[in-house]
Amino acid sequence: MDSALIPKGVKRCPLWQFLLFIGAAGIVLLWGVYAMFLCWFKGLNQTNMNDYYGFALWIWADLAVIAVGGGAFFTGLLRYIFGKDALKNIINYAVLIGFICYSSALLILAIDIGQPLRGWFIFWHANVHSMLTEVAFCLSCYFGVLTIEYIPLILENRQIDKVPFFHHLGHNMHEVMAVFAATGAFLSFFHQGSLGGVAGVLFGRPFAFREGIFIWPWTFFLFTWSAAACGPCFTILVTKITEKVVGKKLVKDYAIELLAKISGWMLLTYTIAKFIDTWYWATVLAPSQGFTLMDFYTNNPLYGIWILITEIAICGLVPAAILMTPKGRKNPVALWIAISLAVAGVCLNRWVMVLQIMAVPVMTFDNWVLYFPSWQEVATTILPVAYGVILIAISYRYLPVFPNEAELNPIEPLPAEEAEEKSVDPPVDLELELKPAEA
Amino acid sequence: MKEGRTHKKFQKFGMVIDLDKCTGCGSCMVACMAENNVPFRKDESNKLLSITWMRVYKLTNGMPFPKIDVCYLPRPCMQCEGQHEGHSPCVSVCPAIATDYSMESGIVSQIYTRCFGCRYCMASCPYHARYFNWWDPIWPDGMEKYLSPNVSPRMRGVVEKCSFCFHRYQLAKDRAFMEGRPELQEDEYQTACTQACPAGAITFGDLNNPKHTVSKMAEPDPKHSGRPKNPNAFRLLERLGTNPKVYYLSSREWVRRAGDNYLKNEKKVKKPVHHG
Repeated sequence: MDSALIPKGVKRCPLWQFLLFIGAAGIVLLWGVYAMFLCWFKGLNQTNMNDYYGFALWIWADLAVIAVGGGAFFTGLLRYIFGKDALKNIINYAVLIGFICYSSALLILAIDIGQPLRGWFIFWHANVHSMLTEVAFCLSCYFGVLTIEYIPLILENRQIDKVPFFHHLGHNMHEVMAVFAATGAFLSFFHQGSLGGVAGVLFGRPFAFREGIFIWPWTFFLFTWSAAACGPCFTILVTKITEKVVGKKLVKDYAIELLAKISGWMLLTYTIAKFIDTWYWATVLAPSQGFTLMDFYTNNPLYGIWILITEIAICGLVPAAILMTPKGRKNPVALWIAISLAVAGVCLNRWVMVLQIMAVPVMTFDNWVLYFPSWQEVATTILPVAYGVILIAISYRYLPVFPNEAELNPIEPLPAEEAEEKSVDPPVDLELELKPAEA
Repeated sequence: MKEGRTHKKFQKFGMVIDLDKCTGCGSCMVACMAENNVPFRKDESNKLLSITWMRVYKLTNGMPFPKIDVCYLPRPCMQCEGQHEGHSPCVSVCPAIATDYSMESGIVSQIYTRCFGCRYCMASCPYHARYFNWWDPIWPDGMEKYLSPNVSPRMRGVVEKCSFCFHRYQLAKDRAFMEGRPELQEDEYQTACTQACPAGAITFGDLNNPKHTVSKMAEPDPKHSGRPKNPNAFRLLERLGTNPKVYYLSSREWVRRAGDNYLKNEKKVKKPVHHG
């Protein structure tokens, strides 16, 4: 029924199956939307946040989606500025994932503030000294850039592309995409960093506070670095999940391997930097404020030292080692493990930099306070996931997101019975004929 | 007017709380709530949701009976000055300048109609002196008539905190202006908690004015970010560099030590960390 909208040369599932899938995700989406309206109309008393946990699940989700959405800016930087042409096979998807992540982040922020109708005050009454102001400006601008990067893909839809104006518009936008990629990288450097700065400047919270250069605490650089390292891993992870769901190979191996290799090196250097930062903080900075490292990790049931070891060693060094070695990144199982650990690691880092900061007592007569989110918080946090699934499904069905899909999964114009027989065969393994990763 | 302000010597209002005198009666908390229209709910058992601009903490020395010793510590907003004027933890982070540091009075304000409820200031405050309005205030029938007309009640979704009864400062200033006096007398501007304390444990005044009692009691050293010269005086979490304007007095070593974090076996207080 919708075949006229489906890109040429690719096969899609029947419409009923697609609608069923969208419907299932839509139910989850509606659940989240219901919780969102509860929060907007009844207020933040719908959450389990309190005066100790002013920042909670949402802010973590916000930081996490922005971190993993970093794949868009970093892949764009590599593709358009550093000329890694192999990444053209995955750049569309990286942009789409980034678009979903950033639109989700903005939505979460809109739910999270106590007076949503005053959200624009952050731009109108901007405090230029606040890291959050920088986050708001750069985040909004970068979302604009991602929208501009996503539009040419929409214009490539078969029916839209037939309109000469849209065809030329899309073509011209492609021509100047390097400018937007550079702008996106610049903006991302600052808002990813500012999100790290949000925690790092809290000099009243020794668990979070870091020294740095000029106005930027070390967390500023660590956040940008980790987003650049782990964002592409998330792009690969979502690509792999999509391939599993649709049962097709969508991106050539050398593109994945190139991205994985760069991610691995970024992750290794990040982990070393994070280790140095932690060491200095534990041995110099925190003691100067009267704290030992273990003051931050004991006397509570959740935030033990395991969290630091997991973050640095298990989710830092292990995936870095796998991704850096050709053997590791070529092994499908090892690649799955590595990208999953890297994504988990950056999410864990953001969790620590939001929730553990709130949990650690600062006054000597204060106590550890733990928190568990309400269902409304959980639903509104899952909402962006459902939204992302739906947008990916629609984009995948109607837009040429993966330029190599037709090549990797050829559909030959055969008689009906032969075609049916052919479709059950596994796709032709073209990887053997492909060149190895350019690096 | 503007020129006059420029040449005026700035005040720095602060508080000295004598912990040896505090009995923990809670009068300061009650007076504060009544004076500032602080909202409350039917069930206030969850203290993580209670709004208490002034909160009295109970401290013990952790010793078994009979060596156990108790101290009550009232905690208003510390009106932090930071390491350079106005760089208090909360003011520096508010994205919409909904909280500001007054150079004229040294008081950290909160502009309720500008706050959009991001709660970053709450995350930045190590004293938990900032509170979020999770609900709209609901006053018991007839209580609206007893609300203070000088303090605006806050709506749901914004942050509030102790203002050192700033409306009293405004009223005192207006009166002094009408009477043609350039300066306030010490007793003209006093906070509600100060006046309500039956033990006289709270003293309030201008820390920059050597004639004011607070200045004599705490002996703040302007060369060292207001660090008290009085050996019995201390400030909460002074090592973090927040530079609070609330001083505490105690003759008991363990109480003074409870004011800050120290490493095990650490005797001397190290120099506070400098924050940009």
